[in-house]
Amino acid sequence: MAREPVLNVHGLSKRFGGLQALQEVRICIERQQIYGLIGPNGAGKTTFFNVLTGLVRPDSGTFELNGHTYEPTSVHRVAAAGIARTFQNIRLFPDMTALENVMVGRHVRTHCGALASVLRTRAVRTEEEQIRRRSRELLEYVGIGRLGHLQARTLSYGDQRRLEIARALATDPKLLALDEPAAGMNATEKLDLRRLLERIRSDGITLLLIEHDVKLVMGLCDQVTVLDEGRIIKEGSPAQVQHDPVVIEAYLGRANAPK
Amino acid sequence: MSSAPQSTQTQPRSALRATAVVALVLLVLPLVAQWLGPAWVRTLAFAALYVMLALGLNIVVGFAGLLDLGYIAFYAVGAYTFALLASPHLTENFPRIAQAFPGGLHVPIWASIPLGAAIAAGFGVLLGAPVLKLRGDYLAIVTLGFGDIIRIFLNNLNEPINLTNGPQGITLIDPVRIGQLRFDHAVSVLGGQLTSLQLYYYLFTALALICILVCVRLQDSRIGRAWMAIREDEIAAKAMGINVRNIKLLAFGLGATFGGVSGSMFAAFQGFVSPESFSLMESVIVLSMIVLGGLGHIPGVILGAVMLSVFPEFLRHTVGPLQMQLFGRIVIDTEVLRMLLYGVALVIIMLYRPKGLWPAPQHGIAPPAEPASAVQPQADA
Repeated sequence: MAREPVLNVHGLSKRFGGLQALQEVRICIERQQIYGLIGPNGAGKTTFFNVLTGLVRPDSGTFELNGHTYEPTSVHRVAAAGIARTFQNIRLFPDMTALENVMVGRHVRTHCGALASVLRTRAVRTEEEQIRRRSRELLEYVGIGRLGHLQARTLSYGDQRRLEIARALATDPKLLALDEPAAGMNATEKLDLRRLLERIRSDGITLLLIEHDVKLVMGLCDQVTVLDEGRIIKEGSPAQVQHDPVVIEAYLGRANAPK
Repeated sequence: MSSAPQSTQTQPRSALRATAVVALVLLVLPLVAQWLGPAWVRTLAFAALYVMLALGLNIVVGFAGLLDLGYIAFYAVGAYTFALLASPHLTENFPRIAQAFPGGLHVPIWASIPLGAAIAAGFGVLLGAPVLKLRGDYLAIVTLGFGDIIRIFLNNLNEPINLTNGPQGITLIDPVRIGQLRFDHAVSVLGGQLTSLQLYYYLFTALALICILVCVRLQDSRIGRAWMAIREDEIAAKAMGINVRNIKLLAFGLGATFGGVSGSMFAAFQGFVSPESFSLMESVIVLSMIVLGGLGHIPGVILGAVMLSVFPEFLRHTVGPLQMQLFGRIVIDTEVLRMLLYGVALVIIMLYRPKGLWPAPQHGIAPPAEPASAVQPQADA
């Protein structure tokens, strides 16, 4: 596999009042990796995610995407730069149809303005056609092609997760960041999800995964970083991480804690 | 949507027929109304103005989900812009302007309508900029204040320089004039006569149709989807790369533009504007129109606007005489009764049809196994 980094973050620190949420976190994700970010509750995973996608401003840190530095100062610029995300608690546009949800995802890669839309110029019509076609393809791709005409709120939980991924893919991301995609899924849904994520990777997209489900992470990820109390306590392959005493301690506490 | 390729073969015929029927009705309506009495033609003209206003507010509230309680301010800005540009007020009060325009200030509508629209749009952005981060109740309060600030300014800007003539308002506003056609006189067309009111009706209806076209096309575009996305979930919309600031300002600006156009038409139609016409109650009525009709659904919004603008006239013509017959005097003033009935109607609507009389079609009620084409015709209707 090619060894070029897609995302390169250095020296990322973030403090909320008296709490050091992230301290000197660095991460380097290579192309077509599925990269896992794990850690016990309150470890700083979601903060890291929010900083990365521009929702929260970091105190310090440098960010590089595909070799270009970017400033995660506003959410929409991050999306334009090429990072798409999903949310821990699904955030679709509930009253819009599934297809329209994905079509919104194309917004950042299309350009027609209000005046052109009112005049319905040739450019607008071609672009609309492309948006529609690409969005249908993406619904097909994540396996809910039949459900495009349904309101997003009426989809089942698993399908909503898929739709959120399709919508994120519609922004043509270089890095797809998933915040606990398997949360609340049953075993079958998890298996389906795993297949989908592997397929996305094989189609050339790099993935960053925050996940509680250790089994899923271990089976799926190429590289894992473990956060605890805002610091990186271990990084390496799933196998290396799994048996690391520091990691086990972070998750379970020490067996015979000396007083 | 997904059935578009199939339906294009069958649709043009029926669509064409429907368009022809609607056009015919719109054309004949003022002639029939004239026969009932000129007041009804006037009502119809106002209905067209309200359709424009309601569609403009629908962009802000219905599409983008930004509750605006001061919308009538943009109507006022449009009306006063037109009034100042086409009345003797400025030349009487500012010798400099009188010198520059010895024949009086009579800006033609080709300039005054776009200018009224543009200035209203400017005010829309002016209101939008500070409230970008507000939502729901907080936004409603700020816009409410904004609407009243504009009205209070209009009421008090007769000192130190007399810009708006205060509570007396501006009079002697030029009627609409298109080339040789003056809208304040009856004209003979095809052997018949069209009254001034009928001419205005046709003009306003034409403008309302343009507004409808603009709304329909925007709704079904990249911009319209972005508005709906921020309405549904602002954070998710941002994460999809939508520049929420710009898209909100666009909604405020465009909504205000519609208000400005209808305001300038209102000024020309009345020949007189005063701050009284732009009270909070007017904002509430326009908002009631779109909520009653169906928030965010264009046909519903039009229905609501027409209903709520014709309804008071209907009351005036029925309840007044009825009371005279029954009691020999007016017991309840029609204006009071109108407000009472508005209230009752809104409560009933909220109880039984919370999405309005003609809401947007619901997707996704059909089982997923059904082919898309079976569901779509409903959605397009």
